[in-house]
Parts: sequence; C-alpha cells; structure tokens
Amino acid sequence: MSALLEIEDLVVDLPVAAGTLHAVRGISLSIARGETLCLVGESGCGKSLTSLAVMGLLPKAARRRATRMTLGGEDILDATPDRLSDIRGQRMAMIFQEPMTSLNPAWSIGNQLEEALLRHRRVRRAEARDRAVFLLEKVGISAAASRLGQYPHQLSGGLRQRVMIAMALMCGPELIIADEPTTALDVTIQAQILRLLIDLQREFSMGLLFITHDLGVVSRIADRVAVMYAGEIVETGPAADVLSRPNHPYTQGLLDCIPRPGTVARGARLGTIPGVVPNLAGRIEGCAFLDRCPSRRPHLCRQPVELRGLGDGRAYRCILPPADAAPPAPEPAFA
Amino acid sequence: MLPFVLRRLGLAVVVALLVSTTTFLLLRLAADPAQALAGEGATVADIENIRRMYGFDQPLPAQYWAWATRAMTGDFGDSIYLKSPVLELIGDRAPVTITLALCSIILAMAVSIPLGVVAALRPNTFLDRFALGTAVVGQAMPSFFFALLLILVFGVHLEWLPISGSDSWLHFVMPSIVLGYYAMPALMRLTRGGMLEVLGSDYIRTARAKGLRPPVVLFKHALRNAVVSVVAVAAVQLGFMLGGSVVVESIFSLNGLGRLAYQSIQRADFDTIQAIILMIAGVYVLLTFLADVLNAWLDPRIRVS
Ligand SMILES: Nc1ncnc2c1ncn2[C@@H]1O[C@H](COP(=O)(O)OP(=O)(O)OP(=O)(O)O)[C@@H](O)[C@H]1O
Ligand SMILES: [Mg+2]
Repeated sequence: MSALLEIEDLVVDLPVAAGTLHAVRGISLSIARGETLCLVGESGCGKSLTSLAVMGLLPKAARRRATRMTLGGEDILDATPDRLSDIRGQRMAMIFQEPMTSLNPAWSIGNQLEEALLRHRRVRRAEARDRAVFLLEKVGISAAASRLGQYPHQLSGGLRQRVMIAMALMCGPELIIADEPTTALDVTIQAQILRLLIDLQREFSMGLLFITHDLGVVSRIADRVAVMYAGEIVETGPAADVLSRPNHPYTQGLLDCIPRPGTVARGARLGTIPGVVPNLAGRIEGCAFLDRCPSRRPHLCRQPVELRGLGDGRAYRCILPPADAAPPAPEPAFA
Repeated sequence: MLPFVLRRLGLAVVVALLVSTTTFLLLRLAADPAQALAGEGATVADIENIRRMYGFDQPLPAQYWAWATRAMTGDFGDSIYLKSPVLELIGDRAPVTITLALCSIILAMAVSIPLGVVAALRPNTFLDRFALGTAVVGQAMPSFFFALLLILVFGVHLEWLPISGSDSWLHFVMPSIVLGYYAMPALMRLTRGGMLEVLGSDYIRTARAKGLRPPVVLFKHALRNAVVSVVAVAAVQLGFMLGGSVVVESIFSLNGLGRLAYQSIQRADFDTIQAIILMIAGVYVLLTFLADVLNAWLDPRIRVS
C-alpha cells in the first residue's frame, strides 16, 4: 500500500504567557489509502494540534516544523496558502469535535454543503444540490431534500455531526481527519456516527485519521493505532496487537482504565494512571512518562528514550523489553 | 411573524401614551404659554383672556383629553407662534432632518464597519491602535467643537464647502460628517469586537477547512454574523438623528426638526413640541422594529424563536 499521508518529525510550539508550550514534540506517522489510523491519548496530549497542523489550520501564533509532510506525495508543509486551500476540503477534509458550533448559524445547511463542492469543482449549483442530497441520505438523514433549507439551530447535535460528515465528503476526499467526532454526542448517537464513519470510509476507501481518547473505539475501528503522550508517540502498531499485548506502560495503563465485562468485579475500582502529565512548557529530559510509570528505572529513563521499532510494524518508546519477549526480567538489584 | 408585529404595535401604543402624557405634564409645569403668547408688558387681564381662549385654564386631565382626542383624528393643533398647523411645520422641516440623518448614518457605517473589520484582522497593530484612537477622540470631542473646526478649515479657509443653509447637497457634507463622526466610535468598536469573536469561532475554522478563500470566509461567514449587533445600534442611532440634532442644525443653520424643536421650546409653543416629541418616539419604535426584522433576516436563530 502506498502511503497517503506521511508526517515526519512534526513539531508544534505555542507561545504562552510562561514561555513556549511544546505541544507536539516530534511526531511521525503515516496513513495508507483506505486505512484507519487511530490517534489516542488523554486530554491535552496534542491530538487536536497534530490534526490542525496537517490541515494547516493551527492558531496564528502557533509555529509548526517538520522534516516532511506529504499528502498523496504532494508536499503540504511548504505549500503556498493558495495551493493549500485548494487541497483542503478537496483532497483532505476534517470533522470536528464540536458539532454544535461548527456550522455557521447564518446560512442554511444546503448552502454550506453546496459551497464545499462549488469551491473546488466547476459544477452548477443544481449539481451541487444533488450531491448534497445524495450525501445527506448517505449519512442517514431522512427527507434530505427538505433539510437543505434548514438552519443549524434547527438540528440536533447528532444531525449536525451527520451534516458535518456529509460536508467533509462533498468533494470525495482521499483523507478524512475526524477529531473526536463523537465526544460531544450521547452514547447511542456515538455508536451510530461511528458505524457510519467506518461504513463510509470502507465504501469510498478513504484514509481516516481518527482521533479519540477511547480505546474501546480504537478496538472497533482502527487498522493501526498510535498512542500519544505529552506530545510524543509512545507506541504504535497494528491495533489488534497493540491492544492485546501493549509494550508501553502508558498503553497498559490506558487499557487498565477500560472496564471489560468479566474482568472487573462489580463495585471494584477501575484502574487509573496516578500522577499528572508533565508540564509541556519546559524541556522534558528523558522519558515523559517517568513520573507516572509503575515500572520505571530512574537511572535509565533519564536519558532520551528513542522510539524502538520491532520489525512487525510495531514500535514503542520505552526501555523495557517488549511484553511478549518471554518472562519479565527480574527486578535488577540496583533499582 | 404576526404575533410579533402585534406585540410591537401594542408596545408602540404604550410608548405613545407614556411619552405624550409625560411631555404634556412637564411642559405645563415648566412654562406658562399664555404669558409667552401675551408677550412683555401684557396686563394680567390680557393673560387671563388668552388663557381662557386657548383652554389653558381647564384642569390638566381635561386639557390632555382634548389634545389626545384631536390628535387621534390626526389634528395636532396649530403652532401658536408660527400660526400654521403643526403637521405642516413638521412636514416642511422633516426632509432636511431625514436627509441629514440618512447621510450621517450611511457615512458612519461606511467608515466604521470597514475600519472595525481591518482592526479585527490585525488586532493590536498600528492600524488597530490608530482606528481605536480616532474612535476615542470621536467620543470625547464635543460635536459643536468639531463642527467649528470643519467650518474653519473647509468653509472659511479653503472655501470648499458652504457653511450654512440647506440649498444643495454640498450643504449637507459638513453636517453629515459631524453627526456621522459622533456615531462612528460605537459602531467601529462593535464591529471590531464582533469580528474578533466570530473569527475565533468554530464555524470559521470549518469554513477554512473546506478550503474557502479568505475573502469568502471573511465576508460570507464572518461579517454577516458580526454585524448583527452593529445593525441594532445603528438603528438606534438613526433614531436619535431623525429626532433632529439641535446642535448640528443650529450651527449649520439647517432648518430641520432639531432646530424647530429647540425654537419651539424657547417660545413655549406647546402643540409643536408635543407633536415633535411624539413623532420622535414613534420613529424610535418603528426603527427598533425594523432593526429586529433586519436582524431576524441576518440571524436565522431569531427568526424562529
Ligand atoms: N490556542 C492555544 N493556545 C494555547 N495553548 C493551546 C492552544 N491550543 C491547545 N493548547 C494547548 O496545547 C496542548 C495540546 O492541545 P490539544 O488541543 O492538541 O490537546 P488534545 O489532545 O486534542 O486534547 P483533547 O482530548 O482535550 O481535545 C494542551 O496543553 C492545550 O492546553
Ligand atoms: Mg482535542
């Protein structure tokens, strides 16, 4: 499979009152055509900034660096603003976390859907309308034609997110970035929207970068997963492998936080990861997870920890041996 | 829509009633029209005669009733000083004031909305500071002073513009600048604040994510949402202006309603004042109504609820 999106060593810095916030600290990832990559990590670890960096939609003050960022082979790192706006919406589209506020209250949803196509294709408005109706039906909205004249405030959150999905599909993009598209919705709607996204992704064989903090979602949709912690990727690999045999203590910690039927006694406490995320405003020496790590080896973890590739598509950023590498080493005497 | 209009009509009636009774009472308490009419050196008997002739000796409620019943039929009485029907007077003076008010508000919006947008696009830069500074000066400088400044420069020194009268459109240039300048600061700050808020909103990010070009994002998606509050305030300001600006009309000798109101108060010309004030209140109600309709068009959320 040829890579659709390739990012190498992406860095995002934000100026804040206290200095510079190193929100994204050297991320590399790639997505093949038709592949779903889930980016997971707890709140504030830099998932949204990573996706906005790909779209070129970072806040004005943010500074972005990378050694490489390409979409379908085309450079999107140093592309001119003009070229980038040609690519946005056409070849890559984004679905946001906040369906309630992501549509413009002043324009009908028909208008907002149509303009997405009219911007990039030489079609008549009638054709754009047909496409909008087609996609609204595709995303499961009934009486689609009659919805075109409605305004965002007349739709529920779930419907609005469906409209956002339809809007992202207007030009038939190769890559969809969905930034926690279901977080703001209630549970039954979440499941529907998730189902819908996967079906559409399969049908149109688009690359999907799906951002979430929910490992349950990852297990249902991801081909591959990248676990993010404090602006870095700490573990990546095929989703099934990573979820069943995590190599990084942070991934393990995340998994322990999910209640699974049969594994947790009624009333028992779920796992939590003690401690807090390190301050991203300063430099982080060594392993970022050190302070919260249950199996830390302080003298070893103070040095920078490289992402270690395992050859089977997996990699992780920890000094511990891989989980399935035979019995865990006995506690060294000097620890 | 119909209940909305009916509610507004009800409100208009209440306003008319309140405004007319208040002015009626205040006027009667403040001055004695009989004395003003009789002039200097009139005898007490003369004044009594006049008072009886015009009905000023009746109890206040009776006087108000008499005025109100006539007013309902469209008869607002005669100016006791100019000896002609009040409505005719207002009709004569209104065009000048309306022209001045419209020119002023259009000028104010034409200057302050683009300035506000530019300031919002480049917040805290020189341009932003400059626009804000000009706005502060505009708010602080009394309009009579600004008017005199303009007259000195463009009227007396450069002799580009006429300084008094209302014969040609040139006569309206300076008055419109003075009156419009006064309205600019509020409109500019509102535009700037509204734009800053809207530009940071999620739907602007969505618009950019679609690849829309910057002008489309700015004008189609941002400005329309940002000007909702500007329109409402501009309508109120237009209401002020349609009441006539005493200061500007006096300085530039424009024969508008402001000047008429001012002169009528000096002459204790009760019926004229009463009618002008009632008209101003009516214009106010009408304009806020129109502003609401316009806002409903700009912002669909208002339309439904
Ligand atoms: N505009 C901004 N200005 C300053 N700091 C910001 C800004 N946007 C994000 N940050 C900070 O950057 C870090 C990463 O933010 P980001 O939004 O990418 O997190 P996230 O992983 O998407 O979290 P969540 O799951 O809550 O959405 C956070 O510490 C956040 O506070
Ligand atoms: Mg986020």
